[in-house]
Amino acid sequence: MAYERNIGDTILSVDQISLSFGGVKALSNISFAVREHEVFAIIGPNGAGKSSMLNCINGFYHPQEGTITFKGNTRRQVRPSEAARQGIARTFQNIALFNGMSTLDNIMTGRNTKMNKGIFWQALRFGPAEKEEMEHRAVVERVIDFLEIEAIRKTAVGTLPYGLQKRVELGRALAAEPDLLLLDEPMAGMNLEEKQDMCRFILDVNDEFGTTIVLIEHDMGVVMDISDRVVVLDYGKKLAEGTPDEVRTNQDVIDAYLGVSHDDEEA
Amino acid sequence: MGEANPADGAVDTFPKLLIDNARRIGARPAIREKDLGIWQAWTWQQVKDEVAAMAAGLKMYGFERGDSLAIVGDNRPQLYWAMTAAQALGGKPVPMYQDAVAEEMQYVLEHAEASFAIVEDQEQTDKLLEVMDRCPKLKEIVYKDPRGMRHYDQPFVRSLDSLMEAGRKFLAENPGWFEAEAAKGKGEDIAIMLYTSGTTGRPKGVMLSFDNVVITARNGVAWDKLDENDEVMAYLPMAWVGDNIFSYGQSYVAGFCVSCPESSDTVMLDLKEIGPTYFFAPPRVFENILTQVSIRMEDASKLNQWLYKKFMDVALRVGPNVLDGKQVSFLDRALYALGEFLVYGPLKNELGFSRFRLAYTAGEAIGPDIFDFFRSLGVNIKQLYGSTEASVFICMQKNGDIKPDTVGPPATDVELKIADNGEVLFRSPGVFVAYYKNDEATKSTKTDDGWVMTGDAGFFDADGHLKIIDRAKDVGKLNDGTMFAPKYLENKLKFFPFITEAVAFGHERDYAAAFINIDLEAVGNWAERRGLAYSGYTDLSMRDEVYDLVAECVDKVNKDLSEDAALSGSQIKRFLILHKLLDADDGELTRTRKVRRSTVAERYGELINALYSGVDVCPVEATVTFEDGRTGTIKADVKIREAKIFPSQQAQAAE
Repeated sequence: MAYERNIGDTILSVDQISLSFGGVKALSNISFAVREHEVFAIIGPNGAGKSSMLNCINGFYHPQEGTITFKGNTRRQVRPSEAARQGIARTFQNIALFNGMSTLDNIMTGRNTKMNKGIFWQALRFGPAEKEEMEHRAVVERVIDFLEIEAIRKTAVGTLPYGLQKRVELGRALAAEPDLLLLDEPMAGMNLEEKQDMCRFILDVNDEFGTTIVLIEHDMGVVMDISDRVVVLDYGKKLAEGTPDEVRTNQDVIDAYLGVSHDDEEA
Repeated sequence: MGEANPADGAVDTFPKLLIDNARRIGARPAIREKDLGIWQAWTWQQVKDEVAAMAAGLKMYGFERGDSLAIVGDNRPQLYWAMTAAQALGGKPVPMYQDAVAEEMQYVLEHAEASFAIVEDQEQTDKLLEVMDRCPKLKEIVYKDPRGMRHYDQPFVRSLDSLMEAGRKFLAENPGWFEAEAAKGKGEDIAIMLYTSGTTGRPKGVMLSFDNVVITARNGVAWDKLDENDEVMAYLPMAWVGDNIFSYGQSYVAGFCVSCPESSDTVMLDLKEIGPTYFFAPPRVFENILTQVSIRMEDASKLNQWLYKKFMDVALRVGPNVLDGKQVSFLDRALYALGEFLVYGPLKNELGFSRFRLAYTAGEAIGPDIFDFFRSLGVNIKQLYGSTEASVFICMQKNGDIKPDTVGPPATDVELKIADNGEVLFRSPGVFVAYYKNDEATKSTKTDDGWVMTGDAGFFDADGHLKIIDRAKDVGKLNDGTMFAPKYLENKLKFFPFITEAVAFGHERDYAAAFINIDLEAVGNWAERRGLAYSGYTDLSMRDEVYDLVAECVDKVNKDLSEDAALSGSQIKRFLILHKLLDADDGELTRTRKVRRSTVAERYGELINALYSGVDVCPVEATVTFEDGRTGTIKADVKIREAKIFPSQQAQAAE
């Protein structure tokens, strides 16, 4: 099904970011730009600085140098909660859900930044707070429908299999109705079928809601299939940037990441 | 149906029934669906409006009288409405199995000459698009769920919403059009075409007339005194005749509300929320529920386990008698009432069975343990015997006259006889019109005076109940002349929770032998409790411990068989546990999960030979089809075990 995607202007631009922890240089002088409605992948070997990069984008780490511009707002330092309020949601490499809570409640927490009524009203669950909760619940139910997890709506998340937990985590990020979705290894540890499902959900999110997606992924097949553009990091430096095809044939990338091969082998 | 309806005689089609219901009980709920976590209901009046809009929309896009409308998807209100819409236009709805792969669909689409298809979602649309070039008649695909569909720019693919919108506009300009269209239908017109899954050969299109379905549905409604206050859950495939009667025909006739589950995974949860009063499930579903209950009870606290065990003993002893209104001592009655309060009530509530007035099971024999379990809880589960060719009902059990191993006396207006070869023949108002474009098959199944051959072997017991033992053509003989009824053996094996499927061999052989599929969940749970690690089905199936477990089951079956003079000779001498589950995707089972013997015999020839030679191990390779249509192979060394043979005990067995 080939069709024109509506790729817009730059939504996120990263300019000359450098991040170090004491003497360890995690990122040095990284720049790239992500355009609206794009699926953008960050790849690289272990320790290349991929997760650090995501942590900088959503304000968890504060880079020593460089700026990040999101939706026209340039910032040096931002707290994760502010980033969330601006429309950045993420999932984690190691699932970070509330195990004792149900799927529904976990996804509901994704609405947290959008809830305006004070804790007093929420605790009473009365009047305006009830109305607000119903609105949020409606959004959450759409997410549940979208991710096809109706059957586990009321199941405690801790008892779910790994692949489903990943899906719930994606659901929580989606519940925030983000403009930019950061996915940290969404397919790690999944079997083939789960990976296929997850790929479909990522593409559907991108397509249905127009959400811009930045993802880190180790599975090269997945990355090459679903990404519009790819940036390759190695030892905190940018090695290459471009479409999957360009990156695939880039000799530096092949040497550093895909293993040394000088033939035109297809992965 | 309460008061007599003067127009009753003329209300002989589903569109007319719909108009009548909208008039009589227009404000009552007709159908529900859980959407975004909330049950949405449509009243009969609303359903009529929706159906009229759909019919008008179909007409506007070129659906003609006599056309076939393919319907593919899970049980959704809109898909049921599509059936009535097609019927109102004088077309033939053809519901299809939603989990069929594209090739299987192509055969039905092409054979039925479907010109329109109304499908649930993108998945089904994709399947139809894949085979569309091989179905020249198919010209329009209408999808219900717009998700993922925005980039489909084919001019012949459109949303149901847009079609109904066009229909509404047409209706606004032509009031009364729907009623006039519906009035053109007659009882003898074809109401629906159902493709039988076919244990042998290609599926056949069974044409049922309105008279077939409506009269049969009315008889069923009268038999069980159903009315508009009943509740039904529609969760079985729409392509199956049972769903067409229980969730469609009887709903239109009695006016009761049908609830569609949120998704196929949530059926058990939705069941609990809806609490239906009238329920149908194949034995497999009841079996799964019992397995689930048993597994969950093993995880329960000691006190709960003790209570459950104590009160289930009481229930099994007195429950069925209480249910059948037979005499029960005061003490037992009191104990049972206490059990109802402490155990049965909460359990039924958890399962969604609290409001059951009656439940039917059919399609296969149900294990006596399972049957007794539910009846002892006070669930009025009954068996029926039916077929697509009969619009379901042939035999059904009466309240208070229930036996676990028969299917009851003939249903209302059904005549039955047994042919010389033991085959069951019936004649009823529900007898199908013909197979679509297959006169040969029609002639070999239905005689000129209306008798239909069921292909099942059976006999009447002393009380006039029919007892089905096997497919007539499957009943064979061992080399020593002993009768061999494979299905009978298989069912006995499958009654154990650890065994999910079995295939028995023995015709023209020296002894009976069997393939066994273990139940991954039940055996897996059993293995975990014993600290037995395993990596998957294949690994688990080859464990000696699992073989021991299954051997115990086979021994018990043999013990049972030894008590029956006619069948004692067909005890299972050797068995093996198959290294893969028999699967409909591999063509080994039909879509209704019946074993295709010929395919199994062909594919596992080596293993059958191994059963009848002295070897203990047989190396095999099997092809498996994955859900995406690719194929792969499994290699394994399958072990073969000898089972205990018991001496014939007919002398002692006489009670």
